[in-house]
Amino acid sequence: MDFRDTPEEAAFRAEVRAWLEANGQQRIRPDEVFGEGLDDAAKLAAAKAWQAKKAAAGYAAITWPKEAGGRGGTAMQQVIYQQEEAAFVVPGMIFEISIGMGLPTVMMWAAPELKARFLRPGLAGEEIWCQLFSEPGAGSDTGGVRTRAVRDGDEWVVNGQKVWTSGAHFCDYGILLTRTDWDKPKQEGLTMFIVDMKAPGVEVRPIHQMSGDSEFNEVFFTDVRIPDTWRLGPECGGWKVMLSTLMQERLSVGGNLPTDLHEHLVALAQKCAWDERPAIEDDRVRARIADAYLQQKGVELVIARGLTAISKGKAPGPEMSITKLVAAKAMQDIAAFALELAGPEGMIGFEALGGDWRYMQRLWLGSPGARMGGGTDEILKNVIAERVLGLPGEIRTDRKVPFRELERN
Amino acid sequence: MNFDFSDDQRLLQDAVRTMLADTSTSQAVREVLEGRASHSDAVWRNLIEMGAAAAAIPEQYGGAGLGYLELCLVAEEAGRHLAAVPLSSSFYLAAEALLRAGSEAQKQHWLPKIASGEVVATAALGSRERYRTPAPLAFDGATLTGTSPALVDGGIAGLAVLKVGNELVLVDLAGAGVSRTPVPTLDPTRPLAEVHFDRTPAERLPAADAAAVATRVLDGAAVLLAFEQVGGAARILEATRDYSLERKAFGRQIGSFQAMKHKMAEIYTAIELARVHAYYGAWALSSDAPELPRAAAAARVAATRAYVVAAEEGIELHGGIGFTWEMDCHLHYRRARHLGQLIGSEHAWRARLADELIKEAA
Repeated sequence: MDFRDTPEEAAFRAEVRAWLEANGQQRIRPDEVFGEGLDDAAKLAAAKAWQAKKAAAGYAAITWPKEAGGRGGTAMQQVIYQQEEAAFVVPGMIFEISIGMGLPTVMMWAAPELKARFLRPGLAGEEIWCQLFSEPGAGSDTGGVRTRAVRDGDEWVVNGQKVWTSGAHFCDYGILLTRTDWDKPKQEGLTMFIVDMKAPGVEVRPIHQMSGDSEFNEVFFTDVRIPDTWRLGPECGGWKVMLSTLMQERLSVGGNLPTDLHEHLVALAQKCAWDERPAIEDDRVRARIADAYLQQKGVELVIARGLTAISKGKAPGPEMSITKLVAAKAMQDIAAFALELAGPEGMIGFEALGGDWRYMQRLWLGSPGARMGGGTDEILKNVIAERVLGLPGEIRTDRKVPFRELERN
Repeated sequence: MNFDFSDDQRLLQDAVRTMLADTSTSQAVREVLEGRASHSDAVWRNLIEMGAAAAAIPEQYGGAGLGYLELCLVAEEAGRHLAAVPLSSSFYLAAEALLRAGSEAQKQHWLPKIASGEVVATAALGSRERYRTPAPLAFDGATLTGTSPALVDGGIAGLAVLKVGNELVLVDLAGAGVSRTPVPTLDPTRPLAEVHFDRTPAERLPAADAAAVATRVLDGAAVLLAFEQVGGAARILEATRDYSLERKAFGRQIGSFQAMKHKMAEIYTAIELARVHAYYGAWALSSDAPELPRAAAAARVAATRAYVVAAEEGIELHGGIGFTWEMDCHLHYRRARHLGQLIGSEHAWRARLADELIKEAA
């Protein structure tokens, strides 16, 4: 048992680090983000330039086969690259959906000429992809999709609305889950398409999040025409295609919980006072710091177990299913406790209170979203109960009923 | 990255698991619970003969010379099967104190006897919490006088290592002036005794810094006990899951209710977090890493919490039948309490963890 790289892994890590040092910009603050101070267009251009460099060096899609433009590398090499890149200021989520969901789905289901058309420009960041599954009435219950695609000769005509689409405002293409048969039960009447996000009838409206940011969008489709050749998988095979997209995430190891939260808590507790003594001297504060560490380090160690499996060429074990559940709630709890350390002054925004508070305040405002993205706490507990512990699935009344007869979500 | 046990280590674990499934049955544990035996003798003999109990004792002292990673997996199985044996007293505590603080002569004399099971050893290395003030132990360099109020396996042990002031004292319990009074315990499967010494011959373990050795041994024991706790917690969760699939109410398996599913998912989550902290502790213990104090305290707190929660909620999720003597739920409820307090409480160890974290951040 050890935490060391194998010699091959160490060599790859050194190679990656050297490349990043030569080409990237090291992170100074933990909450530093790519393109601070740039306007949206300039930020996007800079991100695309970075992605092109990364693709040219063979780091854009390490696990993809070489014939698809990837490196033909291992999952562990992908993880090593991500670990090393985390110390650099790089574009956040801009290309994640392209590389992690959109293009792999194209690779699995599209005709050869479409692959030739889309894979290379997507990998190089010239075109960016989004994923259009969720709808106002189909969140956790994705099978409830109502965006309608109707066949018209060699084309399909799409009407409906999607929601929570990351990056739709700057994306070029998307993978779109639609309903093509309303007489089949909900999951059996779905069909997946590639959609041109710049096509007539596509309208993107940003969602103003509770954090003040706008990372997600609503996307409206009005008589949008898609050629049948852009269909991914068979008609009414959309559910299976979607599952294959989501399976791509199976080997990705969540690293969303920062690994230094308890250190920030310690630093803030040293600056705050409790009964005119440093809060850090209070045993109750110290106990909370210990609990913060247990959650945060626990997630890190569960991921280390997953990486061990990946390093040996195996799939990570079922314990990986707890990481997001624990991490998101821990983030919320730790951030809230940090704010409490300042008492009434903790109500003041960091702009007035001081930059030390920016990180925890941003985490506090972002954590409700983190608890839902990739599955709500409640859905994840069902997943653990059913897939890991083997408990019965929820009672479903919608399984065998034609979709048009179901009550609207 | 190799944050897991090796295939050989897993083979040893499987062998111990198979043996314990046969011998450390509910019936065998209940022999001790109900006072018909001081410990499960067959289990004890098997653990000794397989070299499992003495996995971490070097071969030159009669042990198997494997290591702490192996002993951690033995501990997980002992906890899983509620083994009613003096494993922690003899091997996590007393043998470790001897190994780390004993003279060559003391080690040569006692460790082979412990490794072979000829002598059961025990230890009391101090805790932060206390209720009564016992007659303080006094050691004059040659004899020991006073009372050790809650010595685990004190009724059957032949040897004890006791922390007296800032010294570690080795005392042969067959010596003159030793009297033992068994005390009733919340977990009768792990008996305690009040042991009185009246000018009993004793000797010092010649460590330069006995307090530091005691702390180091307790850190190691915290890791090993965490494996017992994780093993026990996983077992009671499995039993609860199985029962929830059999028992029906309101026309359904009770395990199909989301209230039950989510609670079991939460228990699973707590156990898996405890497990990785225990693994991390195992790594630190086996590699003698400077992270050991932090890793051991984290393993102790997480595993104590996980086992207590799994045992408490295990009874609750069984419903009324879980509150009966016949069901094994209370064996875990009792054992979780025993393990959670044996070397000091969760709260004391949480304070220790905080101390370590804040020290490291400075």
